[in-house]
Amino acid sequence: MTTTTPTLPNRRFSLPFVIKVEPRLDAPAWLGPVVSLGAIAVALLLGAVVLKLVGGNPWAAYAHIAKAAFGDIGVFSDTLVKATPLMMVGLACSIAFRMKLWNIGAEGQFYMGALGASMVVLIPIAPETAPGWITLPLMLIAGMAFGAGWGFIPGWLKAKLKVNEIITTLMMNYIAVAFVNFFVFAVWSEGGFQMSKTFQRAAWLPRLADFATEIKLFRGLTTHAGLLIGIAAAAVIWYILYRSLWGYEIRLIGDNPRAAQYAGLNITRNTVLVMMTSGALAGLAGMSEIAGAVHRLQTSISPGYGFTGIIIAWLAKLNPLVVIPVSILFGGLILAGREIQPSGVPRLIQGIILFMLIASDVLMRYRVRIAWNADAGADV
Amino acid sequence: MDPIIILQAGVASGTVLLFATIGAIFSERAGVLNLGVEGMMLIGAMSAFSVTVATGNGGLGLLAAMFVAGLLSLLHGLVSIHFQADQVVSGLALTFLGVGLSLVFGEGLSKAGTITLLPVYTVPVLSAIPFIGPILFTKQSVMVYIGYALVPLAWFFINYTRPGMHLRAVGENPTAADAMGINVYRLRYTYVFVGGTLAGLAGGTISLAISPGWFSELTTSGQGWIAVGLVIFAQWDPWRAAFGSYTFGALRRTILDIQGPTTLFGFANPFYYNPYWGFFLQMLPYAFTIIVLIIGSREALRKRLGAPAALGVPYVRGERGH
Repeated sequence: MTTTTPTLPNRRFSLPFVIKVEPRLDAPAWLGPVVSLGAIAVALLLGAVVLKLVGGNPWAAYAHIAKAAFGDIGVFSDTLVKATPLMMVGLACSIAFRMKLWNIGAEGQFYMGALGASMVVLIPIAPETAPGWITLPLMLIAGMAFGAGWGFIPGWLKAKLKVNEIITTLMMNYIAVAFVNFFVFAVWSEGGFQMSKTFQRAAWLPRLADFATEIKLFRGLTTHAGLLIGIAAAAVIWYILYRSLWGYEIRLIGDNPRAAQYAGLNITRNTVLVMMTSGALAGLAGMSEIAGAVHRLQTSISPGYGFTGIIIAWLAKLNPLVVIPVSILFGGLILAGREIQPSGVPRLIQGIILFMLIASDVLMRYRVRIAWNADAGADV
Repeated sequence: MDPIIILQAGVASGTVLLFATIGAIFSERAGVLNLGVEGMMLIGAMSAFSVTVATGNGGLGLLAAMFVAGLLSLLHGLVSIHFQADQVVSGLALTFLGVGLSLVFGEGLSKAGTITLLPVYTVPVLSAIPFIGPILFTKQSVMVYIGYALVPLAWFFINYTRPGMHLRAVGENPTAADAMGINVYRLRYTYVFVGGTLAGLAGGTISLAISPGWFSELTTSGQGWIAVGLVIFAQWDPWRAAFGSYTFGALRRTILDIQGPTTLFGFANPFYYNPYWGFFLQMLPYAFTIIVLIIGSREALRKRLGAPAALGVPYVRGERGH
């Protein structure tokens, strides 16, 4: 497996060819996307096998997902609504993973972001009569600050005390959900239900449907301004990672922490800063979701966006610009997946896709070559 | 709020964490970090419950749990040992996959039927010991006793047997182990599988004995992740793993029980009169995991102890070691 399969000692009885697995020195540019798409195709096939095993009709299910997510402009608009938070958490994971910081806590940072944004409306920090241009920026800042704060704790623990960030970020997800639930039930519950009152219109991000009087096509479309914020965030993170000195430091630390240390980079400070940035992006996702789509604070505002963000980041090869189309695909999967029985199917497909992606990575590093005996002999 | 009952139930509930933690210790001692414990536990719980409902035989259920979770762990083994993929991402993928598979195959399982719980025993002489007897040896599930046996066995195996020495060698210095003629790949697969079967056993212990039934994701509710954290606290030692697991079990039990009574130590019970404080109680196991990790990391820094040297590093034959 590692270098070459041994050729048989006695060539008279050997096969006419040998299968060689050899390390690649460099991979052609087209290989990456081809391997990723191939991995998704294989993952969908495997998913179909599992669906068949539990007695479902996989092809009908897939056709349904495609139609219910991308079939017409109305459902595509709903897909974009789902893609918006995914884009932001995908970015959150991308920037952290780029430094090999395993922030698995985007889910909790998302919840904290939603909580921070809600506080602006529900305490209230911005009075109910305040116009949108005051309320919305305040919500944005509060959401990002809460997410960043939630990311600061594991970042600081990792930087100062070398505490494994995978487990701390994950544990903080559970804490954040319980924390938000406390506020939903005990502080802001509307008539004992598990939700707060609906926010005033000034706290809603503008939607396409708001412009339906001018443009008829937009009637009933729920896509909101969070999508633009997400795309802008992707551009900013791309610029930071690939065009700024700080991004160069992040990438250097991620690729070779020892070299980075010898070069005098401040790993401690960067660890904290990157975790906070990552948390702020996930918090932004939480803010955008409740200001753009839910319009109140309630329990289970996320069907696991934070975890899907991990897969999106990986599928996008941590490239912020590629995160945009990938999150739209996964937005469709989550939107249409809600109606599919059994309910674990979208989760299962996501798991298989991630597995196939990392397994297929071996094809980027190794080449499988079938060598006919004549030239195999020449090699040996 | 009887402390004896809390500790007794805590030992029972800690047994789940114990199996998962010791399984992860085996895998990590061999140098393979497997973050998929939560997924393997969940699929173990699902398999154990469904096989037991179908056959009426809890032992078969446990075997199924171990086998299925072990198979799932081999996927992680293949990807991280042979394909040299990043073990963190592969472990996460394993969790997604395990949870997804469990939810899909476990659909409707919660109403599928009832099971007979695994047998409960009271040990004749030992249960008479004051304090310890009622906690450890009275009306405990058979799984709890298996847990008691597993701790010294695992400790002895890892530290004092030849295969145990090979296990540590593979995790500390695979290049040297290879030079000694140890098959690094085979041993790593073996112990990843052992870790998987123990995680499956942990899952089966939940659904057949500790909190019986199938409640989809809530069956494990993050205990797999707590186990991953406990490994670091335990510093890869089974005895410390046992201490951590039982302490956590007792904590979980306390949280469940503290909201019940109207008075607590003679005072009005604030948790009874403010039911919403329960959300803060729910946070405690997760907050404690973080605290326990901090303790473990500080201690590791001070004593210059640490993870197995080759933990998380794929071994490539013929390449220079790290």
